Amino acid sequence: MVLLTRKAEFSSAHYYWNEEWSAEENQRVFGRCANRNGHGHNYTLEVTVAGEVDPVTGFVVDLKQLKEILEREVLRVYDHRNLNLEVPEFATRIPTTENIAVSIWERLQGKIPNATLHRVRVYEMPDLFADYYGER
Amino acid sequence: MSQTMKDSSNNSPAPRAYLSRRYRLSASHRLHTDAFSAEENQSAYGKCNNPHGHGHNYVVEVTLAGPVDRATGMVCDLGVLDTFAQERLLDRFDRQNLNTLQEFQACVSTTENFTREVHRIFSAFPQAELTGIRIEETSNNSFEYHGADSNRKAERI
Repeated sequence: MVLLTRKAEFSSAHYYWNEEWSAEENQRVFGRCANRNGHGHNYTLEVTVAGEVDPVTGFVVDLKQLKEILEREVLRVYDHRNLNLEVPEFATRIPTTENIAVSIWERLQGKIPNATLHRVRVYEMPDLFADYYGER
Repeated sequence: MSQTMKDSSNNSPAPRAYLSRRYRLSASHRLHTDAFSAEENQSAYGKCNNPHGHGHNYVVEVTLAGPVDRATGMVCDLGVLDTFAQERLLDRFDRQNLNTLQEFQACVSTTENFTREVHRIFSAFPQAELTGIRIEETSNNSFEYHGADSNRKAERI
């Protein structure tokens, strides 16, 4: 088995807010991230898939195909969007780095032919990132 | 019921995610052990044995795991983690000579030993499970420690 990682970037706005809490509680827990006008990041996504090397092509997956899947399933939905207001899963889930990684996993699972999803890594900034391996 | 509580995954266990945070600190050190002669130290450590020391911009990468909290969407409170790192890592080691510190009186100030010491420090972080410490000594050299019982954790790379 070989692991293959494809990187992609998207730029999005978000804010952190739990509707069950008062404004004061949101401010206390989320601080500057609770500004409901939003702020943004240049996110870097790394998707790692696992599979056997095809004896004819020498590929685990066709990178062009993987790129197209990431474009269709993730970038077209997330890039240059407000995650809270325009991406369905974040109507019910706070768009933290952890939850973005979980959501991208759910979007990609089962969509990549001839390989299994191994890891989704999302960098919010170079010094902060979250990994999800599909564990619960 | 609020929007946050309508998450369709609410009935299944919370996803378990890994959060990694990188901290930067600059420190000097000298690789030297009293167990060796001067010649043996020179042979083992080369230019790192320079008696006047040298230094690095260390990058410390801390990885914590836990269920993603449904209310906050987080594995742990980043502010609490940053305060913990400031008080126990940066205030302790940044702009210091590692060899002068109590932690390196009984062991050589290699980045292997530094990584194990930082692992010991963050294993006390109360909000999430420490799964590994990775330290970049330079952009070419990095070291990881996942704890003594690390077989499963080491697979998560």
